[in-house]
Amino acid sequence: MSTEKTSEPFWWGLFSAGGVVAAFLVPIHIILVGFAVPLGWITDSGALYGAWWVKLYLFVLIVLPLYHWAHRFYFTLNDIGLKPISKLLAVLCYGGAIVGTIVTAWVLLQV
Amino acid sequence: MSVTRPEPSKLYHRKMPATWWLTKPSYFLFMLRELSSVFIAIFLIVYLCQIYQLTQGLDAYIAFARKLSSPGWVFFHLVALLFALYHSVTWFQSSAVVLQLRIGERLIPRPFVMALHVGAWAVVSLSVLILFLALKG
Repeated sequence: MSTEKTSEPFWWGLFSAGGVVAAFLVPIHIILVGFAVPLGWITDSGALYGAWWVKLYLFVLIVLPLYHWAHRFYFTLNDIGLKPISKLLAVLCYGGAIVGTIVTAWVLLQV
Repeated sequence: MSVTRPEPSKLYHRKMPATWWLTKPSYFLFMLRELSSVFIAIFLIVYLCQIYQLTQGLDAYIAFARKLSSPGWVFFHLVALLFALYHSVTWFQSSAVVLQLRIGERLIPRPFVMALHVGAWAVVSLSVLILFLALKG
């Protein structure tokens, strides 16, 4: 047995928080953004995106599930035989989530 | 934070074919659950693209929403919704196992913890809907 420092608890924490956000919040947003607005059930003038607390909410809604995705997708790719390149996969998955975080923050600050 | 784990070199890894998850229905469902995160992430990126349109003006934002009414996008959102619902249900199920809620000494039964999650889910979803309708302008 060896004792090594690992960043896994940190990523697992983000994975877990993202799982909670995705489970409770994503379905209703898919219904609103994917069906209700495009199909004209309700109209949307985009006015709601101006409020700072809405932006903060959207930041949490979009960013945390990205870390959830990174964690699950990383392990899924390892599980289907890509373990030999797991270092690269870690960079792509977790790096992708970090890039997503920065882009999301940038977009929400622009709006 | 340090974690004790065996040396990787001392572990025996049995070779698994890349299609192991097609060999049992439960493995396949596991893979679907893992895949749900991909569809949820794609949906959120598309949503972010729509929000970004607001920086290009209201017309661009409305045009983007109109584009999402095409059959292809409606189909995508239908698939994404089914995956998202599958994630929600499986997440609540595993939370009901992990969360050992107690009243005094007595452990709250799992089906009840599951029901609490579903109830909270309904309240949260309804709140988001009401807030969206109130703020959309």
